[in-house]
Amino acid sequence: MIRNLATELSTRDAVAATTLVLLLVAAPFVVGDYLLSVILIILYFAYVGQAWNLMMGIAGQLSLGHALYVGLGAYTAAALFVHFDVPPAIGLFAAMAVAALAGAVIGFLAFRFGISGVYFALLTIAFAEFTRILFSHFDWVGATSGFFLPVENRTSSDLVNLRGTSVMFYYVILTLAAGALVFVRLLAGTRLGYYWRAIREDQIAAQALGINVFRYKMLAVVISAAMTAVGGVFLAFYYNNLFPTDVFGIHRSIEIIVAPIIGGLGTYFGPVVGAFLIGILGEGLTNATEAAGIQTAGIKQLVYGVILLLIIKLVPGGLWPLIARRLGFSIKERRK
Amino acid sequence: MLKVANLSLAYGDAQALDDVSFEVAEGEIVALVGANGAGKSSLIRAIAGMERPAAGTITYRGTEITGWPSHKVCEIGIGQVAEGRQVFPSLTVLENLELGAMLRRARAGEARNLDRVYTLFPRLAERRGQAAGTLSGGEQQMLAIGRCLMGEPELIMFDEPSLGLAPTIVQEVLKTIRQLNADGLSVVLVEQNVALSLKIAGHGYVLENGRMAMTGSGADLLNDDRVRQAYLGL
Repeated sequence: MIRNLATELSTRDAVAATTLVLLLVAAPFVVGDYLLSVILIILYFAYVGQAWNLMMGIAGQLSLGHALYVGLGAYTAAALFVHFDVPPAIGLFAAMAVAALAGAVIGFLAFRFGISGVYFALLTIAFAEFTRILFSHFDWVGATSGFFLPVENRTSSDLVNLRGTSVMFYYVILTLAAGALVFVRLLAGTRLGYYWRAIREDQIAAQALGINVFRYKMLAVVISAAMTAVGGVFLAFYYNNLFPTDVFGIHRSIEIIVAPIIGGLGTYFGPVVGAFLIGILGEGLTNATEAAGIQTAGIKQLVYGVILLLIIKLVPGGLWPLIARRLGFSIKERRK
Repeated sequence: MLKVANLSLAYGDAQALDDVSFEVAEGEIVALVGANGAGKSSLIRAIAGMERPAAGTITYRGTEITGWPSHKVCEIGIGQVAEGRQVFPSLTVLENLELGAMLRRARAGEARNLDRVYTLFPRLAERRGQAAGTLSGGEQQMLAIGRCLMGEPELIMFDEPSLGLAPTIVQEVLKTIRQLNADGLSVVLVEQNVALSLKIAGHGYVLENGRMAMTGSGADLLNDDRVRQAYLGL
């Protein structure tokens, strides 16, 4: 059942993928600082979208509280760095462990007691929300006044401490996004990936076949949470400041899921396509409204909402399957 | 082979099974019949480890399996074809079958079992690359049975295999069940189609409101006046 990734890709796919990778690798030499920061955020959303997609698109478990894992990852690595001088290269593992543990607790509570679907999604929101409140009163990491990492304007890059230029951060997130894509794709082809898809399609039938549904749903949550936490570590060291409302807020969780839904749930390239679309639209909109001199709090969210509605109404499978067919790429998509 | 003794099961306040006992001998077809809501599916689900009984014991080949989780029950050799042909619609026919073979007991024999399923259901071989959701109702039922066979069960519990199928397809499914039984599989057959299932069963049990109301050989039950009146409308 485990198929070779390379044999599945046609030459056309390979040429397209190579071109895209080369373009993204070359970007820092070609585009300006501003555009680079836009692509960087797009890649960040492609990365966390991929992590969320593993849980929802492949294993069929809807989480609306993924900001929880971003936040836990961010705060864990940042606190270890500020308070104990632990470099993020090591703090990263603690961050993944903390997020995985949180995911395991949520998963255990939900799956042990048969909470699924919308109720499971509500549980994930609840956990993200009360963690936000908890961190708002957590003085050790700054509570509501925020937690700050020492800012250094460096021209050299230090990967172990994640201190360096924006170009370094760009390559870090590019590597993460590409790595996540390959990782999720490979994982989906393993026995585990097939279990997940079976559970997504029909949990009762999966159980009747002897699949340990509880264990594999737990694994999906834990792996997705740990992956998402890595995105949080990146965010903490890139922005150097963390505020509970900003990190754990429900709007953060929603932002994470927009890209994979627009791009195509359960497709591997969907989160990337979705992230580029909303990234470009979002930035364009901000610039346009600023140029027009309009105060625009919330307009981005409004536009995301409209796009989501349109996608769900017109192309429920997402944009990527559509684009891929048009351009003649082979695609393993989620068939309805 | 399978022995259920004094089994009780409740969903909250609703008593689904009350002191139910029945037995399946090696190589036998046992029919469990009864009206909607009589507790047939609950009984299957309790044996399969998908519901936890409140009281009673389930013993399979001398091992007590009461309260075992479903994956362990499958691993010991009890297969289940669930109600409503629950295939994985977006996975291909072959992927569906492969998923049936993921039990530890069945991994080594996967190729042999796949051959066997394809011989039994040539339609599935023809459509192996097709998404299961695009199959007809009868083909999906064949796939559900084939997928169960991939797990090398020794006992299969069929839950309403005729539900929603055309009469000719129902005949075909029952013929398949008889053939599997002739090849050595033991069968528990839960059916609303009382006449057909009692005809092919060695033993029959009639469930009424969660209790065992009657038991006897398939032929005896078919000739029983109460059964004829209540279930056959004669």
